[in-house]
Amino acid sequence: MSTRLSKGGRLIDRTAPQEFTFNGKRMRGFGGDTLAAALLANDQMLVGRSFKYHRPRGIVASGAEEPNALVNMGEGGRFEPNQRTTTTELFDGLTCTSQNHWPSLEFDVGVVNNYASRFLPAGFYYKTFIHPRFAWKHVFEPIVRQSAGLGKVPKDRDADRYEQAYAFCDILVVGGGVAGLQAALTAAKAGKSVWLIEQTAHWGGRAVVDGAVIEGQPAEAWVNAALQTLERMENVTIRSRCMAAGSYDHGYVLCDEKVADHTPGDGRPRHRLWRLRAGQIIAATGAIERPLSFAGNDIPGVMLAAAVRDYLVNWAVAAGDRTVVVTNNDDAYRTAIALKEAGLEVPVVLDARASVSGELPARARALGIRVETGRAIAKVKGGKRVTGVAICAQAGQGAVIEEIDCDAVAMSGGWSPVVHLWSHCGGKLKWDDAQAQFAPDKARPPINHDGGALVLTAGAASGVLSTADVLADATEAAGGGAVPAAQDAAEGAMEPVWVMPQGAPVALRMKMWLDYQNDVKVSDVQLAAREGYTSVEHTKRYTTLGMATDQGKLSNINGLAVLADSLSAPIPQVGTTTFRPPYTPVTIGALAGEARVDIFQPLRRTPIHDWHVAQNAYLEPVGLWQRPYCYPRAGETHEQAVHREVKNTRSNVGLLDASTLGKIIVKGPDAGKFLDMLYTNVMSNLAVGKCRYGLMCNEQGFLSDDGVVARIDEDTWLCHTTSGGSDRIHAWMEDWLQCEWWDWQVYTANVTEQYAQIAVVGPKARQVLEKLGGMDVSKETLPFMQWADGTLGGFNARVYRISFSGELSYEIAVPASEGRAFWDALVAAGAEFGMMPYGTEGLHVLRAEKGFIMIGDETDGTVIPQDLNLGWAISKKKADYLGKRGQERPYLASPDRWKLVGLETLDGSVIPDGSYAPAPGMNANGQRNTQGRVTSTYFSPTLGKGIAMGLVKGGLSRLGETIEMTRLDGSTMQVKIVDPVFYDKEGEKQNV
Amino acid sequence: MLLLECPYCGVKAEETELTAGGEAHLKRFGPGSSGEEFEAYMFARKNPKGVHFERWRHAYGCGKWFLAARCTATLEVFGTYPAQTTEPPADLVEKIKAKRPDWKGTK
Ligand SMILES: [Zn+2]
Repeated sequence: MSTRLSKGGRLIDRTAPQEFTFNGKRMRGFGGDTLAAALLANDQMLVGRSFKYHRPRGIVASGAEEPNALVNMGEGGRFEPNQRTTTTELFDGLTCTSQNHWPSLEFDVGVVNNYASRFLPAGFYYKTFIHPRFAWKHVFEPIVRQSAGLGKVPKDRDADRYEQAYAFCDILVVGGGVAGLQAALTAAKAGKSVWLIEQTAHWGGRAVVDGAVIEGQPAEAWVNAALQTLERMENVTIRSRCMAAGSYDHGYVLCDEKVADHTPGDGRPRHRLWRLRAGQIIAATGAIERPLSFAGNDIPGVMLAAAVRDYLVNWAVAAGDRTVVVTNNDDAYRTAIALKEAGLEVPVVLDARASVSGELPARARALGIRVETGRAIAKVKGGKRVTGVAICAQAGQGAVIEEIDCDAVAMSGGWSPVVHLWSHCGGKLKWDDAQAQFAPDKARPPINHDGGALVLTAGAASGVLSTADVLADATEAAGGGAVPAAQDAAEGAMEPVWVMPQGAPVALRMKMWLDYQNDVKVSDVQLAAREGYTSVEHTKRYTTLGMATDQGKLSNINGLAVLADSLSAPIPQVGTTTFRPPYTPVTIGALAGEARVDIFQPLRRTPIHDWHVAQNAYLEPVGLWQRPYCYPRAGETHEQAVHREVKNTRSNVGLLDASTLGKIIVKGPDAGKFLDMLYTNVMSNLAVGKCRYGLMCNEQGFLSDDGVVARIDEDTWLCHTTSGGSDRIHAWMEDWLQCEWWDWQVYTANVTEQYAQIAVVGPKARQVLEKLGGMDVSKETLPFMQWADGTLGGFNARVYRISFSGELSYEIAVPASEGRAFWDALVAAGAEFGMMPYGTEGLHVLRAEKGFIMIGDETDGTVIPQDLNLGWAISKKKADYLGKRGQERPYLASPDRWKLVGLETLDGSVIPDGSYAPAPGMNANGQRNTQGRVTSTYFSPTLGKGIAMGLVKGGLSRLGETIEMTRLDGSTMQVKIVDPVFYDKEGEKQNV
Repeated sequence: MLLLECPYCGVKAEETELTAGGEAHLKRFGPGSSGEEFEAYMFARKNPKGVHFERWRHAYGCGKWFLAARCTATLEVFGTYPAQTTEPPADLVEKIKAKRPDWKGTK
């Protein structure tokens, strides 16, 4: 059984007992424990069930690489699934539950999958998709849905807050082991600004556990001294509990700092996501020990050898009373020695190598530990916990030589450097035969913007293992300097062992787990190879090897070695899968940061916004703007409000907040020439004081934006754009001015937000302005399509006689700061004339009644002005304008193009949005041919019937024709093609 | 997240401050051009693996368009320069040739 020893534990504080619950069971640990250490201290060997077969699973590792011991953490707004117990710091009151079992951890029905495992081989999902055909939907999917999925989805709103911060440094050192500390010291002493981050709460990495000696003192003393030196340096920033999730182009690194995971609810942000920009990254990220593939290597109690050592040294937790060590290298002997010296039993060290002669095996033998060479585990015995091992020869097929009782197995298959940060941005790897590992190929690093190396590795991440080599490598990575002297035991050569025993029959290979979390076994990878999956990337997806939340930290190298063996190809030829960020999962809250609820995105509000809100306007988003859709009165539906607003505007006077309308000033000696290129018609000859409607196209000739242009003075024009288009059109102007016609003297300024613009619309509009008084707004002085500066009610105003409704209409611009006051003045002046505000929906209905197009409704990026009967706004005389050449393409002149028409149902009903007009026959894809579609459709309160605009093949040449249109539900209706101008066809009302 | 130095304001701008504008040094073909010329101008793009010239705008900075020469494979940036030119500066071309002997040049 696993237990807490009465002495030792370098990280725990025995004076700070902490109580927590696991599946409702009360347990105790100490301050400084990880949740995994505390669970083991309480003899909780069984911590979860596997994903596919629901096999009992225990803690395997002691760090971020843990595949099994994932739990649901917390409750309510602090509930989060898939939390690794090995990286969760224990705190008093912690609650967690195990995952992936039903009805209970001890008794799980899903374990039947285990006995049916021969029916769930590699590619199971894909195979069930295919045949028999009915089976996926009715048999497999319901089963898979019931049993699949790690953890539960949180249901409540996250109770915590998260923040994000930016930082910059010359050198970012990732990893707080001796390599990272030495690299940071070296770079900091050279005057660089240095960030040093460590994913755990502690410093020193493996060296402090393994007892290396640095500069004549224990590693721990050297680590503490190094940390103190760094803390005193002003050019060094140190962050623990901070994980580098990914490295990206040109030194951008995303780091997740777990500020308050261990002190929930203390008021601090739970995580802080650093967006770090580093001149260079030094990845001192260490190495991860590999499991060995023997039958039953997933039974609770089978752990990585170094993890067994970590629990013993750091937390005084013994994984078992009797621990069998199985290895292919010398490092695992450190575990045997540490256990023995702690007074625990090590019945045997099984070493797959034929002979061992290193310093560590000698020390183990001297302690009286039995060492068997050339030996392997044939099979681990036990169910929910290890009860013993059967021993065989590594060279054979698994014939059992001896059985030994034990309650834990410590395994080591060698070490793999953590190369994620190196590989994320393109660093290449090379195969190192001596260590049987992929290590960074320092000749082919990821490239920085200046062509130099963006990432360097230091220490075990480079593939070196002895403390002396680690420190030398780290010093070199940081630019060179004095290397501290270090000693540790000399190690003999390791020997790769990918399957144990070497000739294991399929019955054993079916019980050898490669990927614990996704339940991928040696036999699955071998099956994939037999079925033709020769690429490691394909095999990964077919078997799901390495695709779980641990991203194959333990399984990738073992899996591809098995694949290489099955393919009789050398490992480097098979290669690795792609390393992708994040290194360990980053919670969505950290990525969202403060951007949630009210500040999810920036909002644009007009100067009159507060009035709209006070009037209970129903707001709709228009781009980032918030605009009133309508102003419903008590008891009114939105539809009723829109009808009232439209009718009142047609019969009395309406008021529209048009401030969102784009306003761009174009000024300079060449401004007229420039606008003639930008618009399809001529703007240079517009007289000062006059307005003209214009169209802008892209270079393909497709309509992009429209609006009224006003000539302000000899070299100044003001271009109105659509509300959503002002930023885009301003950028479009700048692009042409800066990149094509850079010798033209033109300046542009987007003044959209500098002005409030208010439309006073309707037959009584003039009376309202005359009541305000100050300037002559008569037809004679200020006729349609002219503008004038003056004062209205004491406000400095620029008044445009332009109309998007067909009514007598004034659009009045005042400085934004006076917008609200001017609006209030208009409201007061308009009261006696029955003036009412109207919203964007009313605006749409009014313009549709007049057949005015709306960019984005009648246009979709494939429509030219000619399609919309706007040929009159295209200059025939101009040699060139943007889009002219594009419009000359023959197919755009085809009579078959869909062109703008008005549409009406025969019974006056409203045509549903999205309706299409089918045409006889089928197209090449077997779909029904079409001959038109609706682009805008409304109920017209003015006319008392449905009206619509649409694009129909042949356009107005088919005036009067009745065609069939389908609703979205497939039913059909008869629709008549009519003039798109439904109201006041002669345009008399706007010109009074 | 690329870093590109704006040649106007000198800011080492992060990609989020910039908007991308596609291939640089395209020649505009307007009315009177052939179908082939117009097609090449509108649609044909080099898309090389290696040295490439691109348009970028310091949109959330000084607002200026500039051009950048970079390697699309390694992301090495050879240089940035103002947009008011029809071809890359000679010294930049020399610098790229020195770093990429296999590069065939801009023509
Ligand atoms: Zn700039």
